[in-house]
Amino acid sequence: MELGPYLLLATLEGAVTAAVLALTAVGLSLVFGVMRVVNIAHGEFFMLGAVVAWYVAQTLGGHASVGFGAALIIAPLLVGVIAVAVDMTILKRIDYDPERTIVATIGVLYIIQQLTLMGYGPEARPVAPPFNTRLAIPWWEFKDGSLQMYWPWGLSTTSYKLAVICAAPVVLLGVWLLMARTKIGLLMRATQQDRDMALAFGIPVERVYALVFGIGAALAALAAVLIVPIQQAHYLMGADPLLLSFIVVIIGGLGSLPGTVVAAILIGLSDGIISVFFSPTLAKILATLLVGLVLVYRPNGLFGARST
Amino acid sequence: MSTGTKVLLLHGGLLIALFALQFVLPAYHHGNLARIMVLASYAVGYNILFGYTGLLSLGHALFFAAGMYGMGLTVTHLGWTPAPALIAGVAAGAAVSAALGLLALRTVGVAFMIVTLMFAQAGYLTVLYFGKWTRGDEGFVIQQAQRMLWGIDLSDPGNRYFAALALFAVSLLVCLWLVRRPFGKTLIAIRENEERVRMLGYDTFAHKLGAMVISGTISAAAGALYGLLFGYAGASFAGVQYSIFPLLWVLLGGAGTVLGPFIGTLFMFYLIDLSSGVTTAYMLIAGVVLVLLTLFAPQGLAGELRRRLWGWLP
Repeated sequence: MELGPYLLLATLEGAVTAAVLALTAVGLSLVFGVMRVVNIAHGEFFMLGAVVAWYVAQTLGGHASVGFGAALIIAPLLVGVIAVAVDMTILKRIDYDPERTIVATIGVLYIIQQLTLMGYGPEARPVAPPFNTRLAIPWWEFKDGSLQMYWPWGLSTTSYKLAVICAAPVVLLGVWLLMARTKIGLLMRATQQDRDMALAFGIPVERVYALVFGIGAALAALAAVLIVPIQQAHYLMGADPLLLSFIVVIIGGLGSLPGTVVAAILIGLSDGIISVFFSPTLAKILATLLVGLVLVYRPNGLFGARST
Repeated sequence: MSTGTKVLLLHGGLLIALFALQFVLPAYHHGNLARIMVLASYAVGYNILFGYTGLLSLGHALFFAAGMYGMGLTVTHLGWTPAPALIAGVAAGAAVSAALGLLALRTVGVAFMIVTLMFAQAGYLTVLYFGKWTRGDEGFVIQQAQRMLWGIDLSDPGNRYFAALALFAVSLLVCLWLVRRPFGKTLIAIRENEERVRMLGYDTFAHKLGAMVISGTISAAAGALYGLLFGYAGASFAGVQYSIFPLLWVLLGGAGTVLGPFIGTLFMFYLIDLSSGVTTAYMLIAGVVLVLLTLFAPQGLAGELRRRLWGWLP
């Protein structure tokens, strides 16, 4: 194969990463934007989503799509409820103080990880995708003076990966509609703008916070359900998405949802493409240095407001 | 009793108690305490930047690892003796922290946190990338023959304890001295209100850079000595975990207190050590204790002491 097909393949793989990353990072960004809370346990909510998906699929049995479909609803809901409980029992009581929430969420991270290890075990377990047709991708090339289509060996993807790439924009559109077009979204934005003023206007800020924290965790769980058929569920799987989401949220501009999405696409795609063409470690070194330097020169991220 | 005397008595008393403890402790706890003192020195270094200057860095593992590898690589590949190797480690830490400070201090708040995290992550990946020399995750062992400092065998538990105590004493006293100097007081003022300090005519950037270099150098010294005393250097010491540890220790013990880092390290170490003896679910216990402490001792153990009993605690 030459460069072109390789690039297409790398782009597709990158797009899957970008889709999942966008959902996870938007959850983190929402929580940070509205509540000003840095949630270190976000990766563990992601992991919980994957583990719950495995349980649901395992319990229901039957055709793969039944279990997967159920997991798609149950996992985000359940994880969202857990997150709301965490918010009401811990974060609310320390008054969302930035430094203390970091320690508290590290504590929550330990607790969730250990409980999952005890209940679920250290194995990585797969969830069957609801559909998984192998699709060969054609490629075009100039031969003998005319454009010819051919099917390079090995250039293929699966219908499931394409579905993941399509599902992310739909969910993100939903989040945007929620934020921009509903009463609850209005309350969230009001709280984000000025917490004290919102309180003075009788907005139940604490309930809004609990809801936002729940939605943020649910988005991470949803992203995890989408990725388990590709990646398997494991109790340590939360670390990578946490780090990547952090990078995405910061690069995109704190609390800016469009920025987060753009940054997720940028980082997902470049990660896919760079690691196909270069040594993965070298690629990661360059990427992290680049992220660091971008922040040094644009501390508010690509889409962040000018003032802090 | 004047405040100065009380402060001297307390910190001097702790050092003397630590010195005396080595004669009575059983071997297991003796070894633990040596390890805790080295790690507490790392936390003391971290506290100067985080607790006193108010800059939350998530990249201190870079400095710890710079010290460790600056020492370890020169010993294994260049055949240096421990004394110059230790100096090489400390110098590497100072250089790296100055370079990172010049870049990262252009940002504030969460961006600073992430920039330091990113550069530390790049450092961790670099250690993995040059696996031919660093042996990556697996790490390398520093042989006993290479751990002789001026004819003293640092792998011997007694000598090791003494070396750890020496490092801890130096870093504790440096910290104590620093925060009582005008320079340290300016750092505290920067933590409280940087804008106002700048308006008063102080060069806040230079002060923050100074704090970064002092903090990074102490952290690097801890890393270099850790490698030498325990005879091992590995990539895990450069990972995110080792950046988060000092933050936890300092927050538990009390950010912005001289004794806090030691109390926090001691507490966390024995919390995990004791609970892993009782159950395999030690992380669960650690997690619950972390949550409870944030709920009920928001300023850390030493911070609560200062708030409730000893207002004079530095």
